[in-house]
Amino acid sequence: MDFNFSKQDEKFRTEVRAFIDQNNPAGRPEDRSPKDIQAWNQKLAEKRWIGFSWPREDGGGGGSVIEQFILKEEMSKAHTPALGSDFMGLAWVGPALIRHGTAAQKDRFLPDLLNGRSVWCTGYSEPDIGSDLAGLQTKAVLDEGSGGSHYVVNGQKIWTTAAHVAKWIFMLVRTTSESESRYGGITCLLIPMDSPGIEVQPIKSLVGYHSFNQVFFNDVRVPVENRLGAEGEGWKVVMGALANERSGISESTGMERQLEDLKELARNSKKNGRPALEDPAVRRELGRYESMISAMRLNGLRNLTKQLQGSPPSTETSVNKFLRGQLEIPMADFSMSLLGTAAQETGPWQTNSLTFHGVVIGGGSPNIQRNIIAERILGLPKD
Amino acid sequence: MNFGFDEDQELLRLSVRKFLDEQCPLEKVRELAQTPSGYSAELWERLAELGWLGLILPEQYGGSGQGWVDLTVLLEEVGRSLFPGPLVSTLLAGAAINEGGSDEQRSRWLPGLANGSRIGTLAFFDADSPFGPDGIAAFGQRVGDGYVISGEWASVSDVSEANLFIVAFRAANEGVTLAVVEADTPDLTATTLAGIDATKRFGTLRLEGVRVAAGSILGAAGDGSELATALLDRGAAACTAEIIGAAEALTQITVQYAKDRVQFGHPIGHYQGVKHPLAEAYVDCECMKSLAYYAAWSIDESPGEVAGSVSKAKGFASEAFTRIGVTGIQLHGAVGYTEEYDCQLYLKRSKWARPAFGDEDYHYERVATLGGV
Repeated sequence: MDFNFSKQDEKFRTEVRAFIDQNNPAGRPEDRSPKDIQAWNQKLAEKRWIGFSWPREDGGGGGSVIEQFILKEEMSKAHTPALGSDFMGLAWVGPALIRHGTAAQKDRFLPDLLNGRSVWCTGYSEPDIGSDLAGLQTKAVLDEGSGGSHYVVNGQKIWTTAAHVAKWIFMLVRTTSESESRYGGITCLLIPMDSPGIEVQPIKSLVGYHSFNQVFFNDVRVPVENRLGAEGEGWKVVMGALANERSGISESTGMERQLEDLKELARNSKKNGRPALEDPAVRRELGRYESMISAMRLNGLRNLTKQLQGSPPSTETSVNKFLRGQLEIPMADFSMSLLGTAAQETGPWQTNSLTFHGVVIGGGSPNIQRNIIAERILGLPKD
Repeated sequence: MNFGFDEDQELLRLSVRKFLDEQCPLEKVRELAQTPSGYSAELWERLAELGWLGLILPEQYGGSGQGWVDLTVLLEEVGRSLFPGPLVSTLLAGAAINEGGSDEQRSRWLPGLANGSRIGTLAFFDADSPFGPDGIAAFGQRVGDGYVISGEWASVSDVSEANLFIVAFRAANEGVTLAVVEADTPDLTATTLAGIDATKRFGTLRLEGVRVAAGSILGAAGDGSELATALLDRGAAACTAEIIGAAEALTQITVQYAKDRVQFGHPIGHYQGVKHPLAEAYVDCECMKSLAYYAAWSIDESPGEVAGSVSKAKGFASEAFTRIGVTGIQLHGAVGYTEEYDCQLYLKRSKWARPAFGDEDYHYERVATLGGV
């Protein structure tokens, strides 16, 4: 057991810090202009730090798992903008293409994905299919009339983040209904969002913000060469991508930052007319959050060690995804209790106490994580 | 960066597990719980032979010179089997002498602690004092270059079995002093109290005008606060390691029960009302491990992080084991409430372990303070 980083890794950390010092846009994150972000991404692209861990032959940076960890940690500490603008494309579509794409597909999609010219959304959930993804109903039928060169897609996706700005959708469809397993017969397609027959309708979140959508598919024709992986293997393609999502969402550094903000709020709050930090219950709660956030970080490092020893990210990432919810929910609640009657007004903490639900549910709600842990790790019988 | 155990540590884990599974299964634990001493002198000798009593003591004093990460592996397995005996107490007494004592003191006491002929323990607090180095009572009086001490120390682990006490006290207007007091001292009374967990023995140590010579004082007189803090942190780390093993064993027993017990046509583990608390127990165990392993590593390698990492680990483990203890009984239902089923043994351990070396209130407060609030 050794938590020290190697000399080479420390050298990389120094390089990252220098890069951030030089290129991180000034001001608070919320004040940054699209131009600032573009300039930042340009600099990152020059260093090949977008697609940092992808193989160099696929246009990535060929960085090691541990360097990626260092890069993300330093960026999060310094409140930099994200690594590239196409979050979903980089986190899920790119890794899936690298693992399952043909040479032609990689050539066609990866360069645009890396330089931010394509924006991707992902079509998993459907109106009747939320957490139980394997039951999806959107159908793709091979069009015999065209000599089998096209699929015709009909159905509906929902909770599709960024569908209104995306150029492409990475989605799951059902290609056969008869299959021995529920997971067979599912196929992954890459579809241009300007295809005839696609209609996007906005859904407003509970704070009135538009980030996700319903997407309707009405006889949408998709060339067969836009299929990623073999027919019937879509489940495998996407499960790898979802494991990436789970490990990606569960960054403990983001929680560390939230805790710092929460401490600051506590320093400026009163309980029963006394400074809140004199209240042992307030202090104990802050100590509990800090301990749990450390546990998250260390769980991440234990997973990282497993990755370094050659096992890919697995269901273990559900542990941190679940913990994230176990922290977000009480921390939001705690901030509101510190505010007292000001909690009834509007403000950033009040908004956060409403919007954290999105983070906690997205990528699989806490109950789904409990099921995954119980069934796949503890081996309890499936529902 | 490597958050994993090395081959020797994995091997140690396997050999401890094998030894305890064979020599001290739960039937044996239950049997020993009925005896006055609560442990087996024969098994104690075997532990000494295997080198586990002196695991963290230097080789020149009969130990095997390993670190706290190795010790964590040992204690996890000891906790898993609810192995009874004065092991943690003796290890901590050894740590006290090794870290605070002179060469002469080490030569005098450590070989006996490593070979099992001496049983050591810490006596730090009286019944009314708060936990922590500030809670050490003013039981000492300066006499020449030594002290005379009188008072009653509470919650002393394995008090009736120990023959070597690391006693903490203050004299008026002085800081903490730590000294070694041997059990054959006249005017020493050890009393074991009835405890909630029969596998963990403890009680009070009463000293009446006991003379402590300069040669028995660990480090400088009146300057033992740092050593006391270090020992309390090591105690909390050791306790957390035992908690992990016990909590994981209880989770496994309960998962197995949920797979075997059929109701309404399905194993009960099929239902989410059963599945979900077990998933939470698993997450709790994973977090405890991450925090405790890091704490152990910091004791070995990063002294500046010991206080924070130990308090995060013990604070979290105190809460988590309490939750898992309840989950274990509740998911067993009525049989969980019987003497016959083993889950009750772990529930009792959880009640004992929560306040041992500081509960979550103490440790989370410390984490908050260290975190700048």
